[in-house]
Amino acid sequence: MTEITLTPSQTTGPYLEIGLLGGPISNHLVDESDPRAVRISGVLLDGAGDPVADGMIEIWQANAAGRYAHPADDRVEIPLEIGFTGFGRSGTESGGSFAFVTVKPGRVPWVDGRLQAPHLLVGVFARGLMKRVATRLYFPDEDLANAEDPVLLGLEPAERTTLVARAEDGALRFDVVLQGARQTTFFAV
Amino acid sequence: MQPETSFARVPDTALTETDPPLLCPDYVGTRLRAPKNPLVLLPASLSELTGPVYGDGPLRETDADLTRQHAGEPLGERIIVTGRVLGSDGKPLRGQLVEIWQANAAGRYRHAVDTHDAPLDPNFTGWGRCLTDDDGAYQFTTVLPGAYPWGNHANAWRPKHIHFSLFGRAFPERLVTQMYFPGDPLFPFDPIFNSIRDGRARQRLVSNFALELTQPDWALGFRFDVVLGGREATPLEEPHDD
Repeated sequence: MTEITLTPSQTTGPYLEIGLLGGPISNHLVDESDPRAVRISGVLLDGAGDPVADGMIEIWQANAAGRYAHPADDRVEIPLEIGFTGFGRSGTESGGSFAFVTVKPGRVPWVDGRLQAPHLLVGVFARGLMKRVATRLYFPDEDLANAEDPVLLGLEPAERTTLVARAEDGALRFDVVLQGARQTTFFAV
Repeated sequence: MQPETSFARVPDTALTETDPPLLCPDYVGTRLRAPKNPLVLLPASLSELTGPVYGDGPLRETDADLTRQHAGEPLGERIIVTGRVLGSDGKPLRGQLVEIWQANAAGRYRHAVDTHDAPLDPNFTGWGRCLTDDDGAYQFTTVLPGAYPWGNHANAWRPKHIHFSLFGRAFPERLVTQMYFPGDPLFPFDPIFNSIRDGRARQRLVSNFALELTQPDWALGFRFDVVLGGREATPLEEPHDD
């Protein structure tokens, strides 16, 4: 066995706001005035159902055309959008709430070439989390695409339910539950 | 609708050769926050082969010098913290955003939640960021953070540390960790440091004092390299879930 020399993870602790929020990385991936803008909000909850007020949510996604702003996505026939990084970050506030303004990503291929449904990768950090946990957000108005998504198809119905946001007052609601009967499905990526 | 295919489920405790387990009962904060269901093991699609690339233009020079962000100089021992960010293949990762945050020299964070009875320093906020150069190297100038008490257990104190945030080449490589200082007497008592089960892995979070980085009449030098590689090797014994 080769020696593993990766650097281990440690919790962010309760003061991540000092270093990670308020800097150049925002929770607005597009301007609210963008006609394509989708508002996503939710709360981060612990195993007692209490809000986690010292956490952070990060999202990673393709642009509306389905291209990632990253050199490994070399599908040059799909345009990149200047200024759209696909990356956003929101702190969780006193009620555990977080929010993003972004666009719905286009569909990107699965490992076997099938198309995935539009989705965001979601990373969750907080005091008490020894390492980031990762999940996915899917869109509730994509029934057909969701029904053939290779990731959703590989999950039990109850697991799948935790990954699909709800439409609520013209926005999307996506709660992340760290522990308990309603725990969000987390992935080893 | 039943799953047409099923992904392997991996207990988080099988992925702890490097990283700590999610549930570390000695660290009270994990008890209600650690997810307990096994993780769903996903193959890497394009979504996981890509990840955030920092492209928002150059940072200010003072972003990497925590001693020059205010009108005056902060109190404390001035230090230089430098190192390289590498991939698991040993290659330098260039243009990587490195973000840090820390307590001041008295062991107090500039944050509303920190009520430790130690003075704030009007000349110290405690955040820094920089980009790695062509050699994968980053460098910060700051002050040695103080140790501080926390409410985890009776007479609990955190060893001196600086929080680090790093990205790597793709989403799975994202890492937030803490850098410690050599010889800290609090190591044996800290449940966060000791959450890493493997002693050698734990030592990789301890920076090295480096006389060659130490600048005469100015600042002590510490070296801290980071290796980013994403998910640990899948355990050899796949869990049997059918």
